[in-house]
Amino acid sequence: MSQENILAVENLVMHFGGIKALNDVTFDIKRGSVSALIGPNGAGKTTVFNCLTGFYKATGGKIILSAGGKETSIIKVLGEPFQVTDFFSPFAFFARLKYKMFGGSHLVNRAGLSRTFQNIRLFKEMSVVENLLVAQHMRVNRSLIAGILDTKAYRKAEEEALERVFYWLGVVDLVDSANRLAGELSYGQQRRLEIARAMCTNPEIVCLDEPAAGLNPSETEALTKMIRVLRDEHNTTVLLIEHDMGMVMDISDYIVVLDHGEVIAKGGPEDIKSNPKVVAAYLGAEEGEEVTL
Amino acid sequence: MSQAVGINFKKSSIDALIAGFMALVLFGPIVGVVLDGYGFNTEFGKVAWMIAAVAIGRFAVSSFLQTEKGIAMAFRYANNNDGVEVLPPGHKSKMVWVIPLVIVIGLLVPFIASKYILTVIILGLIYVLLGLGLNIVVGLAGLLDLGFVGFYAIGAYGLALGYENLGLGFWSMLPIAAIMAAVAGAILGFPVLRMHGDYLAIVTLGFGEIIRLVLTNWASFTHGPNGVSAPLPTFFGLEFKRRSRDGETFHEFFNIPYDSAYKYMFIYIVLFAVVWAVLFIKHRLVKMPIGRAWEALREDEIACRSLGLNHVLVKLSAFMLGASTGGLAGVFFATYQGFVNPSSFTFFESALILAIVVLGGMGSTLGVVIAAFCLTVLPEMLREFAEYRVLMFGILMVVMMIWKPRGIVRVTRTGFAARKGVVK
Repeated sequence: MSQENILAVENLVMHFGGIKALNDVTFDIKRGSVSALIGPNGAGKTTVFNCLTGFYKATGGKIILSAGGKETSIIKVLGEPFQVTDFFSPFAFFARLKYKMFGGSHLVNRAGLSRTFQNIRLFKEMSVVENLLVAQHMRVNRSLIAGILDTKAYRKAEEEALERVFYWLGVVDLVDSANRLAGELSYGQQRRLEIARAMCTNPEIVCLDEPAAGLNPSETEALTKMIRVLRDEHNTTVLLIEHDMGMVMDISDYIVVLDHGEVIAKGGPEDIKSNPKVVAAYLGAEEGEEVTL
Repeated sequence: MSQAVGINFKKSSIDALIAGFMALVLFGPIVGVVLDGYGFNTEFGKVAWMIAAVAIGRFAVSSFLQTEKGIAMAFRYANNNDGVEVLPPGHKSKMVWVIPLVIVIGLLVPFIASKYILTVIILGLIYVLLGLGLNIVVGLAGLLDLGFVGFYAIGAYGLALGYENLGLGFWSMLPIAAIMAAVAGAILGFPVLRMHGDYLAIVTLGFGEIIRLVLTNWASFTHGPNGVSAPLPTFFGLEFKRRSRDGETFHEFFNIPYDSAYKYMFIYIVLFAVVWAVLFIKHRLVKMPIGRAWEALREDEIACRSLGLNHVLVKLSAFMLGASTGGLAGVFFATYQGFVNPSSFTFFESALILAIVVLGGMGSTLGVVIAAFCLTVLPEMLREFAEYRVLMFGILMVVMMIWKPRGIVRVTRTGFAARKGVVK
């Protein structure tokens, strides 16, 4: 496991009852890259995302996130079932019990991975600024006493949080809408706000689930620029699911193609474009035609 | 719109007839049939009057709404925006003037008001506390809790039983009851954390009933339906009784004649201070990270988890802080009544507290205070209407929900002035 890869997915398997959504998915994401996960509808892209971000507990395989100077096993922090050996080793037992009781997808975020959602999930009845303040929950002064007494340290932490809020609002071009309700924003603005909110948790890798869905060409252009800013100015690794091939080919350094729960191709944009398997998956192969690499 | 002006009396008459029929269905059994021992008397006259009043009223409203003025009014109502509003940054609330005024008036009340009015206001303040507690759970965190009365009961019985078994007085039980209720909140909270919406409501409903049933049936400890007497608060060790078994009483110490209103005055002043303290804490909480986390949880739990918020702890903290406020209210209720029994803690109370939160506006502190007073003081004022009291109460709620579905007070959010963005 090298420090070069921020995310290593090995033999990831996800079954929903009898449905095998993911079958032996393996790929690595390089630190500081923009990577894309593409594939036809129903290929299992969002399932991979949900496994990575801890919303689904993978049936099998390994997901290792190396961020914040340590390696986190995403499947472990969600709480694994007890095994026979645990009952002989109290240490392992309590470690497992701890994750079982207090584990969950929030630990994945704290480990340095944040995400956005395909169907936007903003706090609609809260203002834009408050949306970004909630995202900084782990970085502000959460002491009840300090907050109620409004101490100096508390006020300083809040002020710093607000400065970060306005920095990110500047990046996503929403400063003018700072005091509007998140639910009142236009669709494109909501998408941008969601990215800003994910970035406010100070992640090392951000997973964007169809960030360009429903955006017009000029908005997509702006989004592409923003993603570059994330990578170049904040050293954030970006992993995205996207259907807009123009955009994917434009910004990605590395592309993983999924079909029917399996990785059918991975590599740079040029390789993927000319890969006959990928073309077949998207456009369909002629009857009887065998597609081989 | 030319044909709209000019009243269509046929339409109005039909409206009036329908309303009259509805009134017959509603009032017929309630007002028209009066129990008399084992038999009943029918009172057609009364029902006829009521139906006539409703029908004429509906006719007038229907006709009015067809005039130009009426159309304009209906249009205004259809378009009034009751949603959440973000205040401009640097907004100065008018409350800066209102609060000192209310405090001064509040401090004068015990010296002006009669004993009866004072007890009504004390009850109002107790419901303000309950409303504020439930507002954290339902209004801010969005967890529908139908068993809030359980925490109220824990506070009240905590005082009564703590005094009986351990000799703890009002002042020591005030914080202990809050802690006890918070622990009960955590115990209830833990198993139900994975539920939301309707399922949570049913579990909490069960919790409230369990507490009541335990209090009723564990007779050896709680004295069952007979209830337990609760102690009065003391003023630096001075009791508010006519005669004290041990030590001096309040009126003897100050050499004034005994008056049973003193104890209510004292309870009122302590309660008044506690309500303001809770209001202040509540006001701070909503602006603090924890308050934001509660509201975020109400808006979208999955998004919360994706942002690193531990939803288990966020929910538990809401349950515990809400419950502890309910426990405080329980202590005051017990000491004010001087006696507690399980019949004070029925589901109706839970429903009433929930009504306070919903009528006041989910998450609005001011709204909850106003609604708590309305819903406790109003039934007292409606005493003259005797048996129609609950009916009028119901009508009021229906009317409120039609005209102000989001509560009396519009929820506002703080605005933040733009500043230079820095990232560290």
